[in-house]
Amino acid sequence: MGGYAGFVWPAYGVTTAVLGGLALVSWRRHRRSGSELLDLQRRVGTRE
Amino acid sequence: MLNRFANPARFMRASGAVLPWVRTAAACMLALGLVWSLVLAPPDYQQGESVRIMFIHVPAAWMALSAYLLIAIASAVALVWRHPLAEIAAQAAAPIGAAFTLVCLATGSLWGRPMWGAWWVWDARLTSVLVLFFLYLGYIALVNAFDDSSRGARAGSLLALVGIVNLPIIKFSVDWWNTLHQPASVLRLGGPSIDRSLLLPLLVMWAGFALLFLWLLLLRMRIALNEKKTRALRLYGQPAARDEESAAPLSVVPGVAVKL
Repeated sequence: MGGYAGFVWPAYGVTTAVLGGLALVSWRRHRRSGSELLDLQRRVGTRE
Repeated sequence: MLNRFANPARFMRASGAVLPWVRTAAACMLALGLVWSLVLAPPDYQQGESVRIMFIHVPAAWMALSAYLLIAIASAVALVWRHPLAEIAAQAAAPIGAAFTLVCLATGSLWGRPMWGAWWVWDARLTSVLVLFFLYLGYIALVNAFDDSSRGARAGSLLALVGIVNLPIIKFSVDWWNTLHQPASVLRLGGPSIDRSLLLPLLVMWAGFALLFLWLLLLRMRIALNEKKTRALRLYGQPAARDEESAAPLSVVPGVAVKL
């Protein structure tokens, strides 16, 4: 990286960590919210 | 179009169908953009390999501004027309916009150290983007500060509309003040001044970030609607009467089918 590796790779690393972390958290929460709702609807006796 | 998707059930169906395609498109564009940015694009004749930070810094900045603009427009729609999904869209977009702003600030600092000799300077561009980051955090905090969610949403909408004055300040700060940050080289009168060999991977990365933003926005809106329904079912034990075919959205208050 022409002497700039100490700046370029951390920049890509921070980007991956922040956006990747947000994507992972959002994806997991989406799955959890969907399965919780489905489970509750089954127990209440209503289905979409 | 807006009225068509004011029905949460219709929005859930449409977004459920679109989400896998958006996710795949985002992954493909980001993969292409990363290879192009890190491997194929040439180094800059002045900045050398450090120019590769531009391919994430600039698209992140564009998304940070775009996300806030979306929040402000959605807030106006919520306040004026009381569109049922507008507040949900604004609140879903806020953490995503804050994330892009954080990426912009961090990568800008990592780029500024070798180029300017400083991790941070209090020039107009950097300071106004920092203010934008605080606006995002303030919006998220304000919306969640009230026991009554509708009051929190309203307060957040007002803050978002007041804060929109920061967007032209960010954009024109490099023209209005004597700043260390370089002037615009892409979105400017007279067209881009950046070479195609750097412009094309920049645009591909921007497209990838935009698709990622869309995917996250739809995901987080679906989360909000799922959680809203779950809360209603837990409180009252049965959902409101629904008319799936009706174009009019229904209240989630059970026992009473109120068309909004």
